[in-house]
Amino acid sequence: MTAPTTILSAVQQAALIRKLTALADDEIILAQRGGEWTGHAPILEEDIALANIAQDELGHAGMYLELRRALDGSDADALAFTRSADEFSSSRFVELPKGDWAFTMLRQYLYDAYEALWLDAARKSTYEPLAEVANKAFREERFHLQHTALWVERLALGTPESMKRTQDALNALWPYVGQLWQPVEGEAGLIEAGLLPDLNAVRTRWEGLIVPHLRVQCGLILPPGGAEQPGRDTHTEYLVPLLDEMQRVYRAHPDTPYW
Amino acid sequence: MTAIQFQLTPQAIWAALDTVPDPEIPVVSVTDMGMVRDVQIGEDGAVTVTFTPTFSGCPALHVIRDSIGQAVRDLGASAVEVKSTLTPPWTTDWIKEDARERLRQYGIAPPAPAEDGLIQLQADATRCPRCASFDVRMTGSFGPTLCKRLYVCDSCKEPFEGFKSV
Repeated sequence: MTAPTTILSAVQQAALIRKLTALADDEIILAQRGGEWTGHAPILEEDIALANIAQDELGHAGMYLELRRALDGSDADALAFTRSADEFSSSRFVELPKGDWAFTMLRQYLYDAYEALWLDAARKSTYEPLAEVANKAFREERFHLQHTALWVERLALGTPESMKRTQDALNALWPYVGQLWQPVEGEAGLIEAGLLPDLNAVRTRWEGLIVPHLRVQCGLILPPGGAEQPGRDTHTEYLVPLLDEMQRVYRAHPDTPYW
Repeated sequence: MTAIQFQLTPQAIWAALDTVPDPEIPVVSVTDMGMVRDVQIGEDGAVTVTFTPTFSGCPALHVIRDSIGQAVRDLGASAVEVKSTLTPPWTTDWIKEDARERLRQYGIAPPAPAEDGLIQLQADATRCPRCASFDVRMTGSFGPTLCKRLYVCDSCKEPFEGFKSV
């Protein structure tokens, strides 16, 4: 990877590490939720598709943590497999249990649209290593969004049962989705310096993309926006059991060479 | 040993890498796929190979990295470093022309030209690798590896895998 020409201040570096970790944490937790469908998806092709998407998200997490390693020498596997819940900075949106197929597809869709648009904006980061990662990940994320957008349409316009489940999923997820936009401590300074995309601008684009799609194309009713969101240091009760499962093998065999 | 190192040229290294297969699609090599971006030999004889990953989550990456290092060491290089780069990001446009034909014969539809557009909801134009018909349906937008999708040909009824265009 290209060595950064940007010289970061200590404050900027600490904030960037927090942001990279938060980005990676959302990917890791959502990938784990996606992986829970392996062997259980409604049809084989979708089983494969969701496993592919989860694998891509893990690849993105790996790239973010590689950027972090370049800053502080930390180890990606140790970060993923040994931190406790209160050390994770994942959003509650990705922690919620996988739910039914409509819930899984709708959450992945809302997330993919957010990620694709954030990455698109991050391609212009003045921090070259991040711009490079964004360029790479953006190309992969497009496939996710195409796939999940079609599924949301298919479910919303399918049978009364599938439509009800999709609307229920939207009602359940909407109050949580705002947490994706929660900045990490010091993020504003990085945005001002051009290192990170302006979250508000990305959010405006995101709403412009998904709100008409959900309302007009899919005929869904958007619930009222959620209350003010607590930050990424507040987790759901679901994170601890998720980590317990995800980290079990690593914790039992920390010296295994293949990780 | 010294004599072998004297003969080590970038051309020889590229030729050796031409024989390193893609672990998931063994009919094509890492150079066919356009993954090897640069080969440098330092004054001390140390070799640096720069490669770029196809998909960031590809589980074959460490195998590819190890195989590249081994192929260069087998030529007698004293030291080998395999570096990865993300810029410019890998594109299926870099897959060599004759490798596309080998993919097709292997039963994988080669990728259509990639575009760096934003978000397209239309699938790429894909041809059946068996009968060359365009009368194909995508049956899965993801496939057994991150780089492929699943199709079936409505003309000859053959199910097949096709490369994503990235």
